[in-house]
Amino acid sequence: MNDKLQHGGAPVRLDDVRFSYGEAPMRFDVAFRPAAITALMGSSGSGKSTLLNLVAGFETPASGRVLIGGEDVTALPPAARPVSMIFQENNLFAHLDVEKNVGLGRSPSLRLTVEDRAAVADALKRTGLAGKQHRLPRELSGGERQRVAIARILVRNRPVLLLDEPFGSLGPALREDMLDLLTEVQAERKMTVLFVTHQPEDARRVAADMVFLENGAVAAAGPAETFFSEAGPEAFKHYIGGQITELARKRT
Amino acid sequence: MAGRDEPVRGTSRHPTSARGWDGRILAGILALAAIAILVGGAFAGLVIEGIRDLSGAIAAFDAYLGRIVRFTLWQAALSTALSIVPAIFVARALSRHPEFPGRAIILRLFALPLALPAIVAALGILALLGRAGYLASPLSAVSGGTWPGIYGLSGILVAHVFFNLPLATRFFLEALDTLPADQWRLASQLGMGPAASFRLVEWPTLRAALPAIAGLVFMLCITSFTIVLTLGGGPAATTLEVAIYQALRFDFDPARAVTFTLLQIVLTALVMFTLTRLGANAAIDSSLPVAQRKFVAIGTGEAVLNAALIALALIFVAGPIVATAAAGLEADLSRLAADPAVHQATLTSIVLAVLSALLSVAIALSLAAARQALAKRRAKRAGFVETLAGTGAGFVLVVPPIVIGAGWFVLLRHSDFLFAAAPIMVATVNAVMAMPFAIRAIRPAYDTAAERNDRLCAQLGLAGWNRAALIDWPVLRRPIATGFAFAMALSLGDLGVIALFGSDSVQTLPYLLLARLGSYRTDDAAGLALLLGLLCLALMFVADRFGKEKPA
Repeated sequence: MNDKLQHGGAPVRLDDVRFSYGEAPMRFDVAFRPAAITALMGSSGSGKSTLLNLVAGFETPASGRVLIGGEDVTALPPAARPVSMIFQENNLFAHLDVEKNVGLGRSPSLRLTVEDRAAVADALKRTGLAGKQHRLPRELSGGERQRVAIARILVRNRPVLLLDEPFGSLGPALREDMLDLLTEVQAERKMTVLFVTHQPEDARRVAADMVFLENGAVAAAGPAETFFSEAGPEAFKHYIGGQITELARKRT
Repeated sequence: MAGRDEPVRGTSRHPTSARGWDGRILAGILALAAIAILVGGAFAGLVIEGIRDLSGAIAAFDAYLGRIVRFTLWQAALSTALSIVPAIFVARALSRHPEFPGRAIILRLFALPLALPAIVAALGILALLGRAGYLASPLSAVSGGTWPGIYGLSGILVAHVFFNLPLATRFFLEALDTLPADQWRLASQLGMGPAASFRLVEWPTLRAALPAIAGLVFMLCITSFTIVLTLGGGPAATTLEVAIYQALRFDFDPARAVTFTLLQIVLTALVMFTLTRLGANAAIDSSLPVAQRKFVAIGTGEAVLNAALIALALIFVAGPIVATAAAGLEADLSRLAADPAVHQATLTSIVLAVLSALLSVAIALSLAAARQALAKRRAKRAGFVETLAGTGAGFVLVVPPIVIGAGWFVLLRHSDFLFAAAPIMVATVNAVMAMPFAIRAIRPAYDTAAERNDRLCAQLGLAGWNRAALIDWPVLRRPIATGFAFAMALSLGDLGVIALFGSDSVQTLPYLLLARLGSYRTDDAAGLALLLGLLCLALMFVADRFGKEKPA
């Protein structure tokens, strides 16, 4: 990996990227601030996950370019991009223990140097998993599994981090813990983080910037502060409002 | 495999490291090509011979051929009826008594015939009902004469029912178990008696499953070779498959064999076509149905009747198995164990079965991988290769092994390596025949693993050798072992191909068994049957174990 990308975040830009799953055409033209957390919000099907998949390289744009750190990565396979990703689930290989799952972030053949092992041990300590390095994923709670994924992010040390609703299936208290861990890690490594979430309070807690998607395109973008104030974009307020009424309806 | 020497950590630019699609699709295409060569070569042999000796092939359409075709259909129809009708009632009895003592063991026993090579079962039936069988003297006393032994149509029918009654019972039971528990509760609340609940609850489900099950049994009986060869007697009880074999190995009349073979293909294709129309699944599942709680009140009369029915079926299935074991143990096993021909045949059998199973698993894996890769890549409709690699693979069952064997036999007839080709033919034909079963064992696990791991592997740069060793092998080794053991058992017990290609220099256990039987060394045959049966059962047991347990 290029040294200039090693530390601190790299800007991520989608330059007139067009993509379609059969019928619904999508078009993204958006830039993400380096070394900041940007929350991506929008209703299901608005294209949040697709956008992440395009940055990660799981999807190939029909046209347009994906730029990371100013370099065109559109043609690069996922592993060659300076990007790490945490999915909602299946972040771990079920038959490998915690240490190996994290170690894969250093070497895809698991040939680890002494230095690599030290980095893994350190990452496990940082994420509160010390002593659990020989557990299998099924012996861990949902929160612990996502901690292992974060530990792997630490040893991988890539300048861009993509989060696809990684804490969506966790309870509120646990989610707050994870968000705090995430903020901590980001503050230290200064990664550029793209964070897809359905929870406005999560976005509010960690995000500096907001991007709101609608029908496969960016409908609004700006600082989180503005978004959650009275001056926020109407569409976004409408979306949040809808969510709140829905929540209220569920609770009654 | 690519990627063995990839940098441990780096931004390699060749796209295969992230999208190993092309390798997987290539493997699938190679597997399909191998199958095509095997089947196509056989067809080419048949067509060339047919054209070369057209008049001979046409002359084969005579009264004798008409008789054979009629007998083939007649015995299959009778076998199907005799298997299906009792199976419906046995399945219903088992379904109404989930607490029946030994129910799980009975169901396990009902899975046994499927694991036994046909020649072993045939020997068991001879040991029980043959002229010198265990039941010969009581049967002579009952019939008031000398028991003539069970040969011809009756022998074929007994053997086919032995195989297919338990199979059909398990299928019907599975169908009955799909009935929701609420229906049973409702039926008993409404006070339905046994007749009413059969008519209103059970029969509609059974009837829906009936065509597919009957079709499958009919198909198995129409392509049954070993049973007819060993138990059928003379020209009066010969089917097309046996006639093909006789035309090639005894009459040296390839033109006739071509005609027989083409007819057999037409026949099986017709049945298979009807089968798929009926929605049958060609591959047989060996999973055990689990008893669910039922809420039915059963009167004493019905309970006794059901128990008697189950007991009868049990005796019918257990009889030949017990007879095989007993006759085998009576044989001079120590002499057999010292017989170099037995050593040679055992070694040949095992080596060929291992090769065949390896090939079968490789083909199954390649097809599963290609199908998955293509399914991921496609926009909407499945393409040609994907369809072939998916459902298409099951269609090799349309072509019975004896047909492929016959085609290649005719093709290689004049070459020097007709009998040298024996090992290759046995290994490859059986590999392809076992492939649909191997796919059934491997593909679900492969698809789940791909679903879970593909993105993560791409993200972490796990590809090629690394991915195979670290990720895929630990997850897939159990299903692979299942497929391997199943394919090996199938190949071990095969008599079709080796009957055509076997010679003194290349003998497998079933071939040796047939030879000993042919020279009236029944004791030896019984001992060999025990050995072969145990080998196959052990393999099936392994397959079952690996198939059930979840990976650690």
